[in-house]
Amino acid sequence: MEINCETIKHLADLSNFSVSDTQSKSLEKDLGEILKYISQLDEIDVDDVEPTYQVFEMENVWRADEILEQDATREELLALSKEQKDNQVKVPKVL
Amino acid sequence: MKTANKTVTAVRLVEDALKKAHEFEDYNIFTFIDDEGALARAREIDARIAAGEDVGRLAGVPYALKDNFLTPRGETTASAHILQGFSSPVTATAVEKLEKEGAIMIGRTNLDAFAHGSSTENSYFGPTLNSHDKERVAGGSSGGSAVAVALDIVEFATGTDTGGSIRQPASFNGIYGLKPTYGCISRYGVVAMASSTDCIGFFTKTPDDMNLLMEIASGKDSKDLTTLDDYYNDSEIKKAKKIGVIKDFDNDSVAPEIRKALKDKCDLLKSKGYEIVEVEMPALKYALAAYYIIVPAEITSNLSRYDGVRYGFRSEDSKDLEKLYANTRDEGFMPENKRRIMIGNFVLSSGFYDAYFLKAAKVRTLIVQEYEKAFKACDFLLTPVAPNPAFKLGEKVNDPVAMYLEDMMSVSLNLAGVPGLAIPAGETAEGLTLGLQLVGPRRSDKSLIEFSKELI
Repeated sequence: MEINCETIKHLADLSNFSVSDTQSKSLEKDLGEILKYISQLDEIDVDDVEPTYQVFEMENVWRADEILEQDATREELLALSKEQKDNQVKVPKVL
Repeated sequence: MKTANKTVTAVRLVEDALKKAHEFEDYNIFTFIDDEGALARAREIDARIAAGEDVGRLAGVPYALKDNFLTPRGETTASAHILQGFSSPVTATAVEKLEKEGAIMIGRTNLDAFAHGSSTENSYFGPTLNSHDKERVAGGSSGGSAVAVALDIVEFATGTDTGGSIRQPASFNGIYGLKPTYGCISRYGVVAMASSTDCIGFFTKTPDDMNLLMEIASGKDSKDLTTLDDYYNDSEIKKAKKIGVIKDFDNDSVAPEIRKALKDKCDLLKSKGYEIVEVEMPALKYALAAYYIIVPAEITSNLSRYDGVRYGFRSEDSKDLEKLYANTRDEGFMPENKRRIMIGNFVLSSGFYDAYFLKAAKVRTLIVQEYEKAFKACDFLLTPVAPNPAFKLGEKVNDPVAMYLEDMMSVSLNLAGVPGLAIPAGETAEGLTLGLQLVGPRRSDKSLIEFSKELI
């Protein structure tokens, strides 16, 4: 798999980054090298192996759908945003 | 560790720690020093001691907090521009538990932004310098915490370890650093990196201090459903007989000083009557590649929440919401954050998922199985933490793969969820510290800490 400026643009879109041309050049190089390194998994045959996604001895943990306690109030959380209006977070235009 | 009492007051302990923290400012250890807050808390504790109250097992003990733990004191930045200005209303469970026992946070420590890195050079606030050589890196990502303990500013410091971020800086600075069993300590209120491998742990100067902190911090938390039951305090100390060394690790990629340190410690164990056995773990050589697929994939997801809308930094003058997201993330993340997010999106994207993410998850199974098999042949493993002692500032920071190779011996533990304790193991001729790690089966943390005393 080759990383070129098209791939970088696609990945930047997926990642929600605006990437400048200079950045794009160095990302091409760095990501290319990283991909080359991780592609060494091609050497190993794991067709018959089951995947592992977590190492917690986990089963579903159930509880009643009730609020147990809240560590922060609505006001405290809203105050963390840069702009608020009418008890809501304010952002630039959406459309 | 030294706790406060009627003669040696908490104010005195905190003043000493703050004085040293300022004296060592050129090491760039702290992102925030809480002079006033820490002293106020020390005065409170002294008043309670004077009143005859039992303040707790960490009465008046000054400590340093890695800057990815949430508390309302100071900003929690994770050393990233994108979190600047964020002061959390929430307190991490681990912090609550330590402070309930009387511990006093004197400051927040520097890290690679979002804990992405192995040198603390990826911090928005610049690198932390090594405690033994100012031209070298502190290790990372918990570099600030390691140096704060190594320079004796504080008795202990907190860290997080996703792939070696406690153990490697511990060994670069000659102290103890524990990555516990996955799920041992609550992660509530800690900035998430990769949820299937993230662990909370500590830096200390002695095994006994580590044990005390584990007794206090471990256990089930209703706010983190991935915490295990309270096994730590009920653990029986396992009497080890056989110690394993991993055959594949003793090769040319490991610096001669570290191979010698490992041999010396094995000789010490033999002289004490322990049997050293060699174990083969051939899949471990693929652990690093699997890690740098699985972890970026999880990072991509965990870091999607930083968009400038609800908290932290927001890029100015964006004409619409889409631009606000893109500009905030472009200006707010460090280059290594971006690389990991983009690699994560790549390995998860359609057409590449099977070849990368699924394959890495399968390799992870082999690694889990190899550890299970190894602990049938021996009680604990003794291995290098990193392939080399602390390297020069600037040496690897522009070469991401060279930096990743630093983690080749530490990441497999996180993929398998097993505990690892970094222990001091001497110094090089130039005076750089060396470290090794003791690795045990899941839930063997207490026995590992106890056994490490045999290696002093």
